[in-house]
Formats: sequence, C-alpha cells, structure tokens
Amino acid sequence: MYNFEFVKPSTVAEAVAALKDEGAQALGGGQTLLPTMKQRLASPETLVSLSGIAEMIGVNAAGGTVTIGGATSHAAVAAQAGAYPALAALAGGIGDPAVRNRGTIGGSVANNDPAACYPSAVLASGATVVTNAREIAADDYFQGMFATALEEGEIITAIRFPVPQAANYQKFEQPASRFAMAGVFVAKYADGVRVAVTGAGNDGVFRWAEAEAALSANFSPAAIEGLSLSGDDMIGDVHGSGAYRAHLVKVLTKRAVAACG
Amino acid sequence: MPKDGIGASTKRREDIRFLTGAGNYTDDINIHGQTYAHFVRSDVAHGKINNIDTSAAEAMDGVIKIFTAADFASAGGIPCGWQVTDRFGQPMQEPKHPILAEGKVRHVGDPICVVIAETLEQARDAGEAIEIDIEELEPVLNMKDALKDGATKVHDDLTSNLCYDWGFVEENRDAVDAAIKSAHHVTTLELVNNRLVPNPMEPRVAVGHYARANDEYTLYTTSQNPHVIRLLMGAFVLGIPEHKLRVVAPDVGGGFGSKIYHYAEEAFVTYASKVINRPVKWTSTRSEAFISDAHGRDHVTKIELAMDENYMFTAVRTDTYANMGAYLSTFAPSIPTWLHGTLMAGNYTTPLVYVNVKAVFTNTVPVDAYRGAGRPEATFQLERVIDKAAREIGMDPAELRRRNFIKPEQFPYQTPVAVMYDTGNYHATLDKALEMTDYANFDKRAAESKARGKLRGYGLAHFIEACGIAPSNLVGQLGARAGLYESATVRVNATGSISVFTGSHSHGQGHETTFAQVVAEMIGIDVSQIDIVHGDTSKTPMGMGTYGSRSIAVGGSAMVRATEKIINKAKKIAAHLLEASEADIELKDGKFSVAGTDKSVEWAGVTLAAYVPHNYPLENLEPGLEETAFYDPANFTYPSGAYVCEVEVDPDTGKVDILGFTAADDFGNVINPMIVAGQVHGGVAQGIGQALLENTVFDENGQLLTGSFMDYAMPRASDMPSFDVDHSCQTPCTHNPLGVKGCGEAGAIGSPPAVVNAVIDALQRGGYNVDHIDMPVSPSRVWAAMQQG
Repeated sequence: MYNFEFVKPSTVAEAVAALKDEGAQALGGGQTLLPTMKQRLASPETLVSLSGIAEMIGVNAAGGTVTIGGATSHAAVAAQAGAYPALAALAGGIGDPAVRNRGTIGGSVANNDPAACYPSAVLASGATVVTNAREIAADDYFQGMFATALEEGEIITAIRFPVPQAANYQKFEQPASRFAMAGVFVAKYADGVRVAVTGAGNDGVFRWAEAEAALSANFSPAAIEGLSLSGDDMIGDVHGSGAYRAHLVKVLTKRAVAACG
Repeated sequence: MPKDGIGASTKRREDIRFLTGAGNYTDDINIHGQTYAHFVRSDVAHGKINNIDTSAAEAMDGVIKIFTAADFASAGGIPCGWQVTDRFGQPMQEPKHPILAEGKVRHVGDPICVVIAETLEQARDAGEAIEIDIEELEPVLNMKDALKDGATKVHDDLTSNLCYDWGFVEENRDAVDAAIKSAHHVTTLELVNNRLVPNPMEPRVAVGHYARANDEYTLYTTSQNPHVIRLLMGAFVLGIPEHKLRVVAPDVGGGFGSKIYHYAEEAFVTYASKVINRPVKWTSTRSEAFISDAHGRDHVTKIELAMDENYMFTAVRTDTYANMGAYLSTFAPSIPTWLHGTLMAGNYTTPLVYVNVKAVFTNTVPVDAYRGAGRPEATFQLERVIDKAAREIGMDPAELRRRNFIKPEQFPYQTPVAVMYDTGNYHATLDKALEMTDYANFDKRAAESKARGKLRGYGLAHFIEACGIAPSNLVGQLGARAGLYESATVRVNATGSISVFTGSHSHGQGHETTFAQVVAEMIGIDVSQIDIVHGDTSKTPMGMGTYGSRSIAVGGSAMVRATEKIINKAKKIAAHLLEASEADIELKDGKFSVAGTDKSVEWAGVTLAAYVPHNYPLENLEPGLEETAFYDPANFTYPSGAYVCEVEVDPDTGKVDILGFTAADDFGNVINPMIVAGQVHGGVAQGIGQALLENTVFDENGQLLTGSFMDYAMPRASDMPSFDVDHSCQTPCTHNPLGVKGCGEAGAIGSPPAVVNAVIDALQRGGYNVDHIDMPVSPSRVWAAMQQG
C-alpha cells in the first residue's frame, strides 16, 4: 500500500467537497478498494470515507418502498430489510460475516463488479439509484463490467427498491471466491416480471428479456423450459465455460421462480 | 501406567499457545537493527535479461543495498538432494539453480534482484523503481510438447527439457508388455493428477543474522527440517561450516512438504546479513507464496491394468509425465520415481509392474513433495483404474479388490517393485469400512436420493503407503544425497524432569504432546515432567526433520532408544542405592524396586544421585543422566486403509456434495488416538480439496491464472462432511520399537480416488456413461461430462 490521506466527513456535502480534490477517491466498506491498494494496484492520494455520514446509513420501509442508505452494511440490510425478504436474504448471503459487516450497498453498486450480488437485485427490482446530484433508474445505471452512470465524484446516497409481490435470488457460487458464478434475481410486480442475471454475462449484470416475457405470461418454472441463452454472451474462465454459465442461469431462474411459491 | 501414557487422547499442550496467539513464529522474531528484503520477481515465464538498472532505486530513501546475481558469483546454486539414474544408467540432467536469476528468467516468480531497506515499504518502493529489460522468449509449458525435437529449452546448457526417462522395474519391461498382450482383459485409463499450491496457513519467512564479533550466522526460517537446511545451505551454497551456522525453525504454521526444501530466500538473507552487517528479514506475501513455494503433483499418466480370466491382476503398466517446473527443488526427482513407482503394486498381488516416468523441465514454478508425495499419485491411478475395471467386467469393486489383495498370511510380502511390506491386513480394513458405511444398504439410500432428483454415488479406495522414511543405506543406493535416520537426546534433570531434544520437527503434528506420552509411559512419571524441544540446530543433535510420516516411526524410535539407555543407567544407580544386583531392579510407575522385596527408590531419588553423586558408584559409572540415540529404520513402514466417500451429484448443476467420508486405517499401534484422528481429518480435507476444488492453471504465456484465493479454491469447513475415522485395525510394524507406522499423509493419499470413484459411480447410476473426470471434479467439469455421456 502507498501512503494516502484519509478524511471522514460527517455530511454528504462535505464528502462531495472532499471528492473534488485531485486524486481523491470515495471509500465505502473498502472490500474491493483496500485489497486493491494493498496490492499496489490503486494509489489514491486521499480516501474519503463515507462511513461516518449518518444520513447515508439505515433501512427505511414505507409505502411499498424500501430505501437503503448508501453506506448501510450488508449485515444491516440482512437484519433490517424484512419488508423485502428476498433482498434481505441476498444481503445475508454475500461473502462472510467480516465482509457483510464492512461492505456497503453503495460501495457494491458503485463498483459494479460483474460477479457481485447487489446489482442483480437493483436491476430486477427496477430500483432507483439516488445520488447527491440526481436519481438514476436501474435500467440506465448499469453500463457494463465495472461501468456505471456515475460521474466523477458522484456519491450513491441511497437506493430505493419498490417491493415486489414475490421475489427470490438464487446464487451459484464460484468455488474459490464464493462470488456469484451465476446469480439470478427474479421479481414479480403487478405490471410484469423482471429477471436480472449477475456473475455470468460478458457485459456484467443484465436483464433476461425472454425469461421476463415468458414469466410475465406464465409465472412458473415450466415457462422457462424452452428458453436458452447463448454461451457466447457469457463469461468463460477457469471455473466454467460460457455454455455452462448459460445453462446455470436457466437452472437458477427456474429455481428462483419455484422458490417464489 | 501414567494417565497420559501411550494410548491416551491427551489434549495437545501446544494448542494453548497457538490458540491464545502466543506462538512464536518466524515472523514474530525481530532483531535490533533489522532490515527488510523485498524480492523483485519475474513477471514473465521465460525471458532473457538484457539489463538491470538499479541506479534510480539505489538513490531512494531508506535503501541500503540492492543485490543481483552478480553479488552471488562466489556462491553455489541451490542444490538438489536426490540424483535419479535413468533407465539407460545415466544420471538425470541437473541444471544450476541460482539464488538470483543469471541471464535468464525461467518462471513467473523467479527472483531477479532484492532490495534491502530500512522499512518494507521503502524496499517495495525501490523495487518498483528498478528497470529490468527482459526479452521475452517462448515459454515451455506443455510437457509432451517440451520433449519434441526442436522444442525451446528451459535450460540452454542442457541437451533437452528431459530431466530423466526412468523405468521401473526396467528388467520387467518386456515381461509386462507380454503379460498385457496376452491378458484376458485390459483396462486403460488416462488421467491428470492436478498441480497443487500447498498454501500452509503461515507463508514462508526467513531472518538472517550475522554476528561479526564471532563470525557466526543464525537463520530463523519456516522449515520442517532445520538441520537439512544447515547442511544444504552451509555446505553447498554459502560455504559456512556447521559450527558457525545455526538454523532455527521455531513454531511453524503448517508445511505439507513445502517447507522441507532449501529456498533461495534463506540463502539470500543469511548471506546478505553479512554483506550489510545487519539482520535481514523477508516475509512472503500470499501472492508471492503462490509463485515461489514449490508446488505439488502435476502428473499426466496413462495406466493399463491386465487381468486373467479369474480377474486376478497380472500386470500394471504406467506411462507418466512428471512436471519438474523450471528448476529441481530439493527432493523433486525422487517424488515421481522412488516415492511413486515403488507403490504401484498397491495392496495387491500383481506380479508384474512397469512404471515409466519422464520428468520434464517447464517454465513453471518448481514442483516437489506435497503431503503424500508420489504416493497419492500412485494410489490415485491404481484405485481409479481398478474401479473402471470392475465396471467393465461387471464386478463389485470391493470384490475385485478383495480377490486381488495380499492375504494376511502372506506377510512379510515381497512386492515386484522393490519394497517388502512387513505387515498388513487389507481384508480387515476393507470389511471395517464397508461395515461403517452400511454398504449393504447403499441402494436404498441411492433410491432415496433419486426421489429427490439427486444422483448418489459410493466410492471406495484402498491404499498403501511407504512411510517412516527411510533406511539410509537403501535410499543412498537410490540416489539420495542424505541419510534418513533420526536423532534424540534425552536429558534428565537433577530433580527428575526431562527435556527431550528431537531431530523431528513439529509444524502442526502435536509432537510436543505425543512424544512426551511415550517417555511418560516408559518411565512411569507424569507427562507434565517431560518437555519436547525441537527446531534449533544449536540444541538438538543432527536430525533430518519431519516429512514422509516419519516422526513417530523414526524420531519416536530414536527417542525410545535414548530413553532405554537412560533407564539402563538409572537401574545401575538404583542398584547401588538399594545395595542390590542390577539384574533385580525393576522400574514401575516411576519407582525402582528390588524384585521380591519392599526396598525401593523413587525416580527423582535416582536422578538426584546422578547429579549429586555422593553415594554413587563413581569408579564404574559416570555421573549425570543424559543419553543420545540415532535410529536408522530397517525398512519403510506401510500404513494402509480403506476409504469410502458417499456423494450426491446435482444433475442440474453438476455440483458434488460429500455426504459422508469414512476412513478405516491401519496405522499399527497408536500413541494418541485424538491426534491421529486429527491428522486423518486434515489429510482427508486436503484430499477432498484436490479432488473437488484445487487447481493450478497457467495460461498460454505461463502466467498463473489461479494466483490468489479468488481463483484458487481452497477447501473450507463447509465443503466437508463430518468425518468418520477408525484405526482399530492394527497390525503393528515389526521393525520399530513402538510398532507404529505413521499417519500424517494417509488422508491425503486415500481420499482423492475415493471421491472421484464416488462421483463416477453416481453418474453411472444416473445413466450417464462417464468413465473419468479429471480433478478437480468441479461442477462445470461434471456438467460438461454429463453432456458428453
């Protein structure tokens, strides 16, 4: 790790100001950034910690919406987002206890790791990413592996999830990292079903449109039976081919629908 | 008998310090004036070093000195401890292994230069400022391609990339060919034994400390065998005589073989400490460990098993390519040969065996012994091909094994592959395992799984290993450049407490507890009166260390011999004190008595007399009570066992769940059953890791794709079932005083074939025509095989 400055503002405004400095970088729970810095693969001059900003921490459920502050830990979401059980279950299955107590939803969604769990929930829920500057619809937010609509210095202050009628997240873990080798989040709303896939796609999290159409017409595992994804669009690596991941997505989608009951 | 004697599950005394964070590991050692070394390593697999420019780095804050190969012009290379002779009678090709790369880099991780600075961060900063101009060369990666005419050479001064072409038993080559040709049935299997990264919990560390005032060197290092390091480094690399070189291996957090070898970093810190006249510390990062610790396994094998019309094994022929990596690590040449070919008879009466091994240099991290070392590779191919054969001929795999087992009455049994098994009862361990796993009712369980949409499989493997390594005269004939005896000094103190100095080294095995139990039993005093001291060449007699499941069988035997000498002398003293004949003195429960009388003297009374010899036969007997013994085993020991794995395969995803794992071992006599069970648990966990999870993958450029725990899948507790282990089948070793065989490696040897056999059984029962899946049997590989089958 190289030397760096560390600041810990207590308001969003102070954080935004601090991030205007050249070489400043926002620090969420540090579950990606700190290991990267230890490997000397990142060298921010200043880390602006978001963990001391009270207005960015907490889970609030009201009027069919669950709003989660950007600096809320996975463990807190798992414990407090009972109004959206599938989301709470997803948060409780990320990493291990140490990761869940440090990692934050804002950090995960800002990083947009192609194998992270949260992006699938945000996209399948049609959630709204709230920043210090604006509100971004999930469909506009994710722009490929590690790429998002966030501008330089923009902070995710909260994420608003409309609570679906039924939802479920199924994750098949990569054997080494235990990240999602494929993860499928299915959410059923009054106006249709949304299916988002993480861990598998070449371009990061994506919506499986054919599955959404089929499930919107017939919300049962059988609706998926005739569908398939192309392995060419999926990640192939030492842990499995694109064809295997395409197969897993189908299996997990069926399981998620079945689990919705 | 004391309550913590032989056979007691005494709790491990060393765990108090390990579990409370009070262990003293090498990285805990900090010496006044200490500096920090950072190794700059090759990031390409194969390249010519055109230039190294250290000028900018040398000017940086805190930098003391930067070393390159030029600084080691007078030093020797890292030596190899075993010379294998090929099947044409020629010695193996043995390239130089420099401390720092000379002219060429030969694997990712090959050290090029070292920065020593006041702080580690300063050393790393300066390391990044060194400009190294490397001209990349084509990497040599695939072993079979490496042996083709005109292949790029890893070592330009060798004739090819072939280290040796070994045949065993060479005289049987034609007879084996003929037996296979005329066999009733031949089963053939081609397989890969996957390369593993050892990954002990504690990465390697070395601290070198040169004391100018008395010209003495001390090396603190994470080693399984400090005397071996002292010998190799002192005599062959740096030219330091033993009396001026002390090697200390304090608490060591796991080795699994990877800490046997003498590594460049050890020689570096020792030498550099003298050059800069300050202590030098190097601590490996986990990332560094992946590319600098010697790896394990990495064989590509074809095995053929021939049977007659009664399905008796008539011959085994194997053809193996064994990856040596870029250089020969300390014991690398011996692993695919003498620790592998000699086990190819397994538990069976196969009369003819021929093993061919081509050891190959590649631009990869060196490969050497890893828990089991050669024996897992032998067991895996044999137990896999037997399972395949049973399927082909439609026979129960347990029955096929049973009819070919060496029978209890045939011991001692001379195998066709040089080794002679002293004892064993394979029928007993097989029956035990089948009983423990309710083999008779497996079909019911399979049906229950099927009803839940899962494929259930039952996998059996039997194994034999050669442990208690090893008779020195024999290994000398086979090319070892060392003896493999063990030593112990038993020092009885004046008040009767005892310090045992052993040449064995404990890095997780629990010797401090087990060894003390043996001495407590022999003398009849409380185990708390006995301390076990190890890991310091300035304290213990010349010893060979711990590997090859040798500690209790060889080190324990040396300790028994030294303790016997103590008891003999103590009886002489007791006879004098009791005014009786020495022949009438009996030692029981820590008390010497005269047979048939009520005259006695306590242990402490005798020991005090030895050191305060006022009433003492000084004319016949020296004062004091301290004895040393060296023990050289007459044979290997041959633990064996039957392992059963029961799995469920999810046909939708290919994921394998291990439902149960049972080990019925014959370790001969057992000193501490709890510690033995723990050793089996650990070994089985590592074997399951190899079978299902661990894989070392280099890309086409020789870059390690699985260079961190993000991609190298280590087994975790959640991957394991609750193990069911038994060691009640005991045929004691006939040639060592404790009748022990050793238990450290068994789990890692017997488990991989049991796991893979179970997965194949599950798939076959599910209607998939799958004969083999290479390890790791990952979900994606199982799924891919199901698509083909």
